[in-house]
Amino acid sequence: MPEDSRFGPARHVTLPGPFVVDSGAVLGTVDVGYSTHGDPRHPTILICHALTGDQHVASPHPRTGKPGWWSRMVGPGLPIDTSRHFVVCANVLGSCMGTSGPASVDPASGCRYAMRFPVVTIRDMVRVQALLLDHLGVGRLHAVVGGSMGGMQVLAWAAAFPDRVERAVVIASAARHAAQPIAFHEVGRQAIMADPNWRGGDYYDGPPPAAGLAVARMAAHITYVSEAGLTEKFGRRLQNRPDGATGAKSFGFDADFQVESYLRHQGISFVDRFDANAYLYITRAMDYFDLGEEHGGRIADAFRGSRTRFCLVSFDTDWLYPTAESRAVVKALHAAGAAASFVELSSPFGHDAFLLDVPELDRVVAGFLAS
Amino acid sequence: MTPAGPQDLRADLEIISNHVPVAARVLDVGCGTGDLMASLVAHRQVDARGLEIDGANVAAAVARGLSVVQGDADVDLADYPDDAFEVAILSQTLQTTRHPHLVLAELLRLAPRAFVSFPNFAHWRVRLSLLWGGRMPVTRLLPLQWYETPNIHHVTVDDFRAYLADRRITVERAWFLNRDRPTSAAAANFRAEHAVFLIRR
Repeated sequence: MPEDSRFGPARHVTLPGPFVVDSGAVLGTVDVGYSTHGDPRHPTILICHALTGDQHVASPHPRTGKPGWWSRMVGPGLPIDTSRHFVVCANVLGSCMGTSGPASVDPASGCRYAMRFPVVTIRDMVRVQALLLDHLGVGRLHAVVGGSMGGMQVLAWAAAFPDRVERAVVIASAARHAAQPIAFHEVGRQAIMADPNWRGGDYYDGPPPAAGLAVARMAAHITYVSEAGLTEKFGRRLQNRPDGATGAKSFGFDADFQVESYLRHQGISFVDRFDANAYLYITRAMDYFDLGEEHGGRIADAFRGSRTRFCLVSFDTDWLYPTAESRAVVKALHAAGAAASFVELSSPFGHDAFLLDVPELDRVVAGFLAS
Repeated sequence: MTPAGPQDLRADLEIISNHVPVAARVLDVGCGTGDLMASLVAHRQVDARGLEIDGANVAAAVARGLSVVQGDADVDLADYPDDAFEVAILSQTLQTTRHPHLVLAELLRLAPRAFVSFPNFAHWRVRLSLLWGGRMPVTRLLPLQWYETPNIHHVTVDDFRAYLADRRITVERAWFLNRDRPTSAAAANFRAEHAVFLIRR
């Protein structure tokens, strides 16, 4: 196969605009950071990433050197098999890993967009991915696969481009953002905006609002794990103190408990790799997501006449997007007459289960994609 | 894995499999790991959907490429619109439901025809066990003890016939099995271990 610079891990393209987002605002051009794996002549599987994910799905992250975020699922001989499929994963619109977002430079002004970046929607993210696939010469998709916010994109894909999507795999997700996840997002956004370094979003020439972003991540991280998981991992166990005392209370406000130390670590390591404004924009896009609302109040009308085959998976310990959210989608798919599979898998990991070792998930995904 | 031919299926499933119209839209309620569905897809080109309560069974069915949804026949049949299917199948599941009469009504709402199979509680071995032993029967088709059986609504062939007559539900065909071999309709309530009814609105 001749070398084609469009294909491979960690690619970049500037798509010609103008791109009109759902709010009516216009982006002159849109940059997209993306990765591809496998032979572009094979059937294509598009993978949609979650809130803080990126395009480095199956190859090492260029900045951290860590393996791809779904390298246990995507690769040769794995459930999403790159020796039989052409796999594409793009950083979403509004993010900060190579795709246009608030940290990008507005080509019109030469300055960072910051809060001048338009508020975008899940559907805007999907429409940018569709333009990317046009650029890559991909028409129909063997499947679109995603967990959490990725699953919302999968649903939006199937609704917006039913003729392009043969299979849709929606894991630990929902057709609308309920009050509870909106509430947690608001806590995170307020933490960022309350950080004096945020400065209305124009912090790019100074220190970023790292403390606020870290708190946002800490609050969000609690929603990704199960109560039983946290108890098992940490219980009430205490940290070893710097002076060598083991398991003693400091009678102060250091991270006495191991769970505190763990959350602080989650927060601090996150700020090194993520832009606070991007966090505001992407959480907003998720909060606005309501597939039924876009279709006259009925999710079923988003899928009427659809020939896409759907596979939904929820996890019994996921309280962020609980099984009832997946069931609501299944019910709508039944009403629309669409082919649907659905299973609630058992896992101790809470919402994060879709990223972790759940062998039954591997079998379900592999079997569904092969059928 | 090659899907089982009809001859490899459980006896009641073989009968159902041989009488589902080719290319029909079918819902298998209580489909287990999807043996019947896989056979119907492979040999009768049906558009098969399944409903199954056990998550591990659903995962196995989806992993073999079948469209199966995890759910409870007592609750989740309500999610399907009227006449969503041409044929509904309820094999060996009726006696495990909390409200069998409502499940039957749902079957005939979402499809004009339904196959219903169940173990006959008036089979002579069952009668013998109660009559002479005074014990709840443990037989080939009812293999579990009273405290662990999922069968909470035992039914006999004559009970089922009376129910259908009462609700003016038409029996299009019926098959009765004893040791997996056909037995006559006349003595079925006594002789049949197992019954398969094809009913119609």
